[in-house]
Amino acid sequence: MPQTSAAETGTGATEDTAFEIAVSTRNISKNFGEVEALNDLSLEFPLGQLTSLLGPSGCGKTTLLKIIAGLLEPTSGEVEVNGQRVTGPGPDRAFVFQDFALLPWASVIRNVAFGLELRGVARSEREAVAESYIKQVGLAGFENAYPHELSGGMRQRVGLARALAVDAEVLLMDEPFSAVDEQTRRKFQEDLLELVQDQKKTFIFVTHSIEEAVYVSDQVAILLPRPSRVSEIIRPSSFRGKGVDNIRRDPEYLDIVDEIWASLRRYVE
Amino acid sequence: MTLLGYRLPGMSSLIIWGLLWETVGQSGLTFFIPPLSEVVATLFSVIGTAAFQKALAETAYAFFVGVLSAICIGIPTGILMGKNRLLDELLLPWVNVFLSAPLTALVPVLMVLFGFGMRAIIITTTLFAIWIIILNARAGVKQINRSLVDMARSFGASPVDAFFKVYLWAALPEILGGIRIGIIRAVKGVIIGQLLISIVGFGALFELYAANFLMGHFWAVLIVLFALAFTISEVLAYLERRVSYYAAKR
Repeated sequence: MPQTSAAETGTGATEDTAFEIAVSTRNISKNFGEVEALNDLSLEFPLGQLTSLLGPSGCGKTTLLKIIAGLLEPTSGEVEVNGQRVTGPGPDRAFVFQDFALLPWASVIRNVAFGLELRGVARSEREAVAESYIKQVGLAGFENAYPHELSGGMRQRVGLARALAVDAEVLLMDEPFSAVDEQTRRKFQEDLLELVQDQKKTFIFVTHSIEEAVYVSDQVAILLPRPSRVSEIIRPSSFRGKGVDNIRRDPEYLDIVDEIWASLRRYVE
Repeated sequence: MTLLGYRLPGMSSLIIWGLLWETVGQSGLTFFIPPLSEVVATLFSVIGTAAFQKALAETAYAFFVGVLSAICIGIPTGILMGKNRLLDELLLPWVNVFLSAPLTALVPVLMVLFGFGMRAIIITTTLFAIWIIILNARAGVKQINRSLVDMARSFGASPVDAFFKVYLWAALPEILGGIRIGIIRAVKGVIIGQLLISIVGFGALFELYAANFLMGHFWAVLIVLFALAFTISEVLAYLERRVSYYAAKR
């Protein structure tokens, strides 16, 4: 694996030009006081695909996601979503939070409909939309339950349904499965693959799990810290169409996981 | 608590203190403590009198208006202080000073500023209650989960929506706690106001009974006052428990 800092190297890089780009970040730098979190980082996210941001802790992957979300302002550089420059949070992007960020005092249906409520959609209309997404994420029958009555995995399904309900073109997911147990996480990963196929949305997915990144992604961007940079972009090519059950024993899957670990291990103390 | 294998109902200890009171009262040790039975009898005879009901109405009016203003001013102030660094730096020292200051000493100043009537009493009540309400609302907003704030922003909440639909609710357990303590302090405030500013309401009754050595009456009114404050505080504690189920889960 080449360890160059050029963003366009890596497996399958030649295909890159063929994709329509939904989100692009250009020369993003972000400083928190003296600390440099991101330095001159450029990345492109193809439309309708899932791109993972993978890297050791402290590499700025969540910072980059929050900049794309408009929750943080970059010190320099710019983000474009569908050709529009990002100046703050917008209806074209929806966020899925690591700790779910549900309203503890609101029922599942109100939580799922909350994005629409903030947009002023009438109650009956937004609840109808919410209901269909609750069904889609497999929580039918829990519409009137409260978050504290649900398991971690179910709570994240609520978070996911809320993000889907606003029908944004880009879904930003910040380590969405890291707070749920291993078995639930596997189910989530399978469901996510299906979701990426069904919904014509662009997914940007932050994770620290190498296996998870390779399993769910069309494109894995590996970020390295100090100075923060995109070290390579990997596009798994052969196993995506083989079905969820076969991915984990596909030779290419295993090779990519090994390669990524080989390049990341020296950044992990 | 259990005693000899029996489960005692709440506040059983009051029975022991009541018995002790009765014994001391019957023994005639001091005129200051008449027997409890006599106090209770006085209590029922006093409650029906016009003087008592007028005092109750006057006190209740000053108390509720005072507490309501403390809540209506205190909660928004506290939330704004929690959200705005500048405002916080500006106001926090004063809130802390007034929280611990002997407010009773300020009452004469209030009399000069606001006269000797109901208005000064209400303001005294408010001043007793408001500081802890502000501090608790501020603390409640400060501990709101960072990602809930991000969530509200990323889904496009306007500042007004974020305030009424997220911050206020997220801080509710702390706010209710502040109101409960504020109300207990307001009971002190309203009586001190009535004693020092103008002799009306329960303050007037205390003054009257104490001056005439009517200790039975004195204790009876005190018991009524305590019971009222206790009831309000318990109702709020119940509400707090109702909402704190999610406070523990967030």
